[in-house]
This record gives sequence, C-alpha cells and structure tokens, in this order.
Amino acid sequence: MKQNPNSPDGPAILRVRNLTTSFRTDDGLVTAVDDASFDVHQGETLGIVGESGCGKTVSSKSIMRLLPEHVTVYGARSQVLFGERNLIKASAAEMREVRGNHIAMIFQEPMTSLNPVFTVGWQLDEALKYHTRLSKRERRDRAVEMLRLVEIPNAEQRIGEYPHQLSGGMRQRVMIAIALCCEPDILIADEPTTALDVTIQAQILDLMNQLKEKTGTAIMLITHDLGVVAQVCDRVMVMYAGRVIEEGMVEDVFHRAQHPYTRALLESIPKRGRVYPGGRLPTIPGIVPSLTELPEGCRFEARCRYSDGATCVHTEPDLEPTDEHRSVRCHYPLGSARERTASVSVGVTDQREGAS
Amino acid sequence: MALIEVKSLVKHFPVRGGMLNRVLGKVHAVNDVSFSIASGETLGVVGESGCGKSTLGKAMIRLHEPTSGVVAYEGDDVTGLTHAQMMPYRRKMQFIFQDPYSSLNPRMTVRQLLKEAILFHDVLDGKSDTELDDYIDDLMQTVGMRRDAKNKFPHEFSGGQRQRLGIARALSVKPRFIIADEPVSALDVSIQAQVLNLMKDLKEQFGLTMMFISHDLKVVQHFCDRVLVMYLGHVVEEVPTRDLTERASHPYTQALLGANPIDDPSERRPLTVLQGDVPSPFSPPPGCAFAGRCPHVMDRCRTERPLLEIKGGHPTACFAVDAGGRLPAVSAAG
Repeated sequence: MKQNPNSPDGPAILRVRNLTTSFRTDDGLVTAVDDASFDVHQGETLGIVGESGCGKTVSSKSIMRLLPEHVTVYGARSQVLFGERNLIKASAAEMREVRGNHIAMIFQEPMTSLNPVFTVGWQLDEALKYHTRLSKRERRDRAVEMLRLVEIPNAEQRIGEYPHQLSGGMRQRVMIAIALCCEPDILIADEPTTALDVTIQAQILDLMNQLKEKTGTAIMLITHDLGVVAQVCDRVMVMYAGRVIEEGMVEDVFHRAQHPYTRALLESIPKRGRVYPGGRLPTIPGIVPSLTELPEGCRFEARCRYSDGATCVHTEPDLEPTDEHRSVRCHYPLGSARERTASVSVGVTDQREGAS
Repeated sequence: MALIEVKSLVKHFPVRGGMLNRVLGKVHAVNDVSFSIASGETLGVVGESGCGKSTLGKAMIRLHEPTSGVVAYEGDDVTGLTHAQMMPYRRKMQFIFQDPYSSLNPRMTVRQLLKEAILFHDVLDGKSDTELDDYIDDLMQTVGMRRDAKNKFPHEFSGGQRQRLGIARALSVKPRFIIADEPVSALDVSIQAQVLNLMKDLKEQFGLTMMFISHDLKVVQHFCDRVLVMYLGHVVEEVPTRDLTERASHPYTQALLGANPIDDPSERRPLTVLQGDVPSPFSPPPGCAFAGRCPHVMDRCRTERPLLEIKGGHPTACFAVDAGGRLPAVSAAG
C-alpha cells in the first residue's frame, strides 16, 4: 500500500459542485446533502465518513442518480461533472450509459442487490450485454475471467450457481466482479464490508486495493468505520448533518484533525493499549440535529466544546481551504491561529444524550 | 467463588426437511463450552457470525434450551429447572439485546414496559403506584434519560436512547448478572462511546457481573477483563484482555487481531488475510474447526480436535502452540 500517493494532484475525473439533494416529505423539504463540492481524482481512494444520516450515501446515490426521482429535488446550482457532462441534468438514457460503463457502484448488502432467481453468470452476462458488443461466447469468457480476478475459486463452476449458494464474502466478490466487468473509471463502494465479518472484510479490502492497482479505477469508499478509512484511503472527507465539514489527506485528518467533530469522533473509538481515566471513553455529548430542525449557525455547535456561544450559534462557517488538499468548516479550526480553548469539560455534558 | 459456571454446554439445533419433516442432521451451534465468570468480572465473548456466541448467551439463560451441559448460578444448576423454579434466576440474570427496537414492544410506553418487568418479578414487594413511579423515575435518571420520556413510545427515541431503555429494563429487576449481546453494534461511533460509558458506570454502581458478546475486538478490549474467543461453536482461546495483543497465541485469535483495521493511517500494514470461509456448522470438520484456514495446520489438526490446555499462562486449543504459548514461524505457503 502506498503511503502518500500523488493522486490528488492527478486529473479530477469527477467534479461535484454545490450538490444539494433534498427530499419531499410530509414535513416539507428535507435537505440531506447541503452544498457539497469535491473532486474524485484518477486512481485515488477517497473515503467519505460520517455517522448515520450525515448524507454520505445520499451524495453517492445523487452522483449515480439512483434516488427516486419523484421525491428528490436537486438544488439549482448542483452539478456532478463527469467529463463535460452534468449528470444531474443527464437523461435516463445517458445515465444508463454512464452507470456501469464509467461509474459503477457496490452496496452494503450484496444479497439485496443480486437477483436471487438468476445465476451469477447470468447477472455478469447482463451487465456485459448492455455495455459491450462482445459475442455470447466472449461474454462468458469475460465473466469467468472476472470471477477469477476477484479470486473466486472454481470460477467455471461458480458461474452457474445462484446467489443463495454463496457466502456473504463471495457475494460481495460477485458484486465487485459485476461492477468492474466494464472497466469503470470510478467505483463507488457504499459500506462494502459493513455486513461482513472482520476476516472476510480483510479479504475484500485487500481485493479492492489490488484491483485499484491493477485497473487504476478510482474508488469512492463510503463507510462509518474509521479503521477501514485509515487502512485503505488516500484522502478522506468527513460529513456531518448534510455538510462536508472537513477534507484532507488521510494522515493529516487522522493526526491533525482541524474540525472538533472529526477529532472527537476519532477520540471516541477505544484505542489499543491506551488507558482511559476511570475506564471511560471520551464521548461527544448530545445527538446529531434533526435535518428538519437545523440550527441557524454551525450544525455541530450544540455538541461542540469549543463553541464561542455567539458567532458559532448564529453564523454557519464556510468550508474553507486551510492548506493544500485541506479544508475545514469551522470558525475556529483546531491547530490554527484561530483555535479556541475548550469551554466545557467533557464529563459535565455526558448525560445530555438521553435528555434531548 | 465463581458467580457463573458453565460446564460442557452443548446446543445443537435439529435441521428438518424432506418427507415427514424428519431430522436430517443438526447444526452444532455450541459445542462443549466450559468457563466461569467471577463475581464482578466482565467476560468478553468474541468471534465471527455463526461462531455460536449469541447462542451461548441465550442458552445460558435458557432462551434456547441447552442440549446438554450445566449452567450454574452460584453453584445451582439452572438447566433442569421448571418454569416456576427458573423465575428467581431469570431475575438475577438479565439480557440486553443488540437491536433494542425489536426487543421493546412498540405498543407500550416506556413506563408500561418497565412496569411490566417490575411487577412480574415483584421487585418492589407490592408497594404502591407512587413508589413504582418513583422507582421508574430513578431508573430513567440512572440510564441518563429524562423522566418525562417514560410516557413516550419506543419509536420516538433514537438508537442510543433505545439501547438506554433496553439497559433500564434489564436493570429494573435488580439483576446481578447481565449478558449483553452486541449492545453497541447497531450504534454510531459517538453513541457507542456514550453507551459503553453508561454500562461501565452501572457495572460499578450496582456491582454487576457481565458477559459482553461482540464481534468488535476494539470494544471488547476496552470493556472486558477476560476474553473468550469462539470459532464454530468451540472456545479456541481464553485470555486476559491485557494479554490479548501480546500473548494471544491461537492462530485464529491472531488472525482476528490482524484483520482488524487499526484506525491510524501511519500504522498501515497489510491486513492478515485468511483464505476461505468458516466451515458450515451443519457438518463441521472432524479435527480442528479452524484447520481449513489455518496457516499453521498440521496433519494431526485435520483428524483430531485440540482441547483447551494452559499454554503460555492461559487456555488455548491448538496443537501448533508450544507449552510456552508460542507458534512456530509460518511458511510463506500458508
């Protein structure tokens, strides 16, 4: 694994600009992703992390236009630029051409994305039939080759099996094979290992890394698991309540988090060999604000121990670059000249989660 | 004396099918598992899905009836007891489930949920309604919830709050022993830390003994005193948590440790990649269950099952580990 690849300097193959995705609900318009802008560069692995409801999955599904059109509203300025095309404005036919051919996606639970009534081979063949001009025989050879590439033993035999005959890890391998069979430029992996056991997770992560090296496919990895990000991503973007709040190279973000949320999130995972006072983990008090009742100021303010109680409450900070490949959405970024000292001790606010 | 003692516990599930719904075979979920938990101790049980860790927990409080073996609470075997005889033990041994939502009746308010358990076990010795309400208020406060939340329904709470309710219900009958089955696995990282801290506080406040079932080694390492590692229904290693990283010797424990991604990008390393999948518990292999994936496998492992023996200071079930708790260097072929 490369420690510091130059990938962010490589050409951006996907440029997301001011992506705002809202849903029509009974409670009115709910904005799940609010004005997100980021690039995906050739050959890099970009991690998108955050807790449930932060907008990480909605961002990726917006790029693929997989959200139900009748309830989804994209902001007027939203752009997902793939080459010259704005995918937000693309027609259904154009999207069919992009999906699979250029951008492919794998999901958390492979059993629900594989069709249970068709064989593995049939499903690989379907993707190849739509996206290539190969003959039937060539498609079969390609399907076997893909299963071998994802290290499925006895590929010729497995190709005739149904999804229920495969284990969870094998199913995820099949999904990856289908996603990669048309050699996409970008693979979006939405929690690809969350449903798998650790030893199987290690196999899949290892496989994804190898495939990236072999095929040069950029990977957008969506996960809540910071350990996975630390092990496989080059760059990481942290989301909170619909906003991108921090972005940077993995090492920078993990070692020198500038947003109080990122730092608190990293600290709340038990670390091997560390002794915690009283055996208590550092926590983030409170819960994520509801997307229907967002605060006027910074969305993390109510839980932030660095809040100034004034600007933070009334004005939402912008996502501002602090360094090369680095930006943060905070009035007082940690480690910067503007940093504030914590105003509330951690223990005092601990009980607030239940109280809300 | 050990508060909980489990001896040779076995749980097999029959698999039926075919004509006349005959028993075709059995799933060996828990096989000959023995261990004890000292009063005040927190025992972690780790392993991957299907290793039998949840079945073990449920068999201990007879949510699954054990096939054979002994589960003793303060020396009293509870496996043969009738429903009525079991009641006092049920009160002493409580269970916290992974998904608190599916374990809370959606049609009952929090107050009703708690009241049901309290009255059923007659925790308050038939005291008045006001005392019951005071007791419920105290419980809510203990688990860090607002008192007025007791009139809400389970769906009105977030995942973390629901888990607090699950904990409140377990605590409501004043248990001494709690089995927590993946209590934080469904929660977000920041909420996980809150719930773990709460459980730690309550453990100290009420002097609880705990069994903590989890697939997450990081959480187990933080929370538990001792760890039981399970693979395909067997305990393969039993090790004090402080020794887990340095002295755990079973190849499977090491593989688990090596496969766990460390959340520090400067400690990047190739993850330990085990070949293959867990064998089916329907037809487990004759020898060591881990033999098919083990980099240290020997001929003996395929025919004979290793038993737990003290090696390097703690019990390990592996032929390859020497008496000092060391494994031979592994050949690249694996």
